Amino acid sequence: MSGPVSGWVSPELRDEFPHLGLRYVELVGSPGKTPRPVRERLRVMSNRFTGGKAINTRQQPVPWAYRVFYRQIGIDPDDRRTPIEEVVLERMKLGGFVSRGLPDDALLIATVETGVGMLALDADALDGPPGLRLATAGERLGGKGRRLTPRQIVVADASRAVGVLFGDVAEGSEVRSSTRRLTVAAVRVKGVPEVSVEEALWTVVETLDASPAEPSAGATTSRGTG
Amino acid sequence: MPEVLERHEFFSFPALPLAPVEVDERAARRSLLEQVARLEAELTSLFCSTFPRKDFDWHVGSRGGPRILSLLELEELRDDLAIRLQDNRRALGERTATEERSRALIEEMMLDPAAHRWMRVGNSDIGEPGCKHWHVRPRFGVVGMFMNWWRVRISSGCPLAEGRGHRPRPRLSFH
Repeated sequence: MSGPVSGWVSPELRDEFPHLGLRYVELVGSPGKTPRPVRERLRVMSNRFTGGKAINTRQQPVPWAYRVFYRQIGIDPDDRRTPIEEVVLERMKLGGFVSRGLPDDALLIATVETGVGMLALDADALDGPPGLRLATAGERLGGKGRRLTPRQIVVADASRAVGVLFGDVAEGSEVRSSTRRLTVAAVRVKGVPEVSVEEALWTVVETLDASPAEPSAGATTSRGTG
Repeated sequence: MPEVLERHEFFSFPALPLAPVEVDERAARRSLLEQVARLEAELTSLFCSTFPRKDFDWHVGSRGGPRILSLLELEELRDDLAIRLQDNRRALGERTATEERSRALIEEMMLDPAAHRWMRVGNSDIGEPGCKHWHVRPRFGVVGMFMNWWRVRISSGCPLAEGRGHRPRPRLSFH
């Protein structure tokens, strides 16, 4: 059984953000209804998350690290929320963490527990291991989607951009009902400990009750990306 | 001597070909990124300090990310964050001074209600959450007004959540 592996980061991005990284794990599984124990866990988590805790979330080291990174890459974190703040705000608005089925609930639990930003992709739709790079001039999301801004930071595979970092995922790369293998990735930024990223990924694995699949050929297995 | 000084060739140097200067922005960028991180930390800390007070502006415009910002954009971002931090610090300072005056006023109201007739101070005036308020009112209504019997009434806080209440009882109708 293999654990999380490191995705690649383009040299240009690595120069600017030496601690930026993408860790991912491939899982055999498909989306479905959330089982009762997971729904119960969401309910308990909702009760644990009070208003005071929500306000202080951004002061905690991991959420703060994402806020800083958002600023550094030109996103206003009060306009487009960081993953954990988005989840917390929703909890406050709706009165609880709302179940949306798997794997969404697994990602939500991992984000609440660790504060790490995550995304899930259809592993079979990926061409090789995922990584982070800058969009090229005239490039389109997913190859034929909307036009990307040149030098936008994207999550990509060997052939195309499959999603904008902390943004939308290309059509065809997202997890669908036909998905049989998942790639769950965690974005690591400066200030986020490696152990939090690992924990986030293992939380997803445990919640989905799935065993990690063998990583695709070409994936690096070194720990850490910085 | 003046003739010697006026000789231009004395000060002239042969023109040397200058090598193009390559500016390494990396150090400047690294420094700006660190400054942005530090300012964001201070802004975050200030945000938590201001709670539950409202009407603070925390907005620092987006730069159309996610992308690598240019040096100029990083400088502008740093300046915007610094300005926002400074503005909010000043606003918080002014607000806390006002709140301190309100706290003193509550004490004065308690000591001498008659001198502060009908005065009302709420929790929001002293930077506290909740609906509690201190209100100087006459004892026994109009009688108290004429008799100059004033006291401070302290509200018991926010109304309790009551839900939708009982379902209305169906009216009995006789045919």
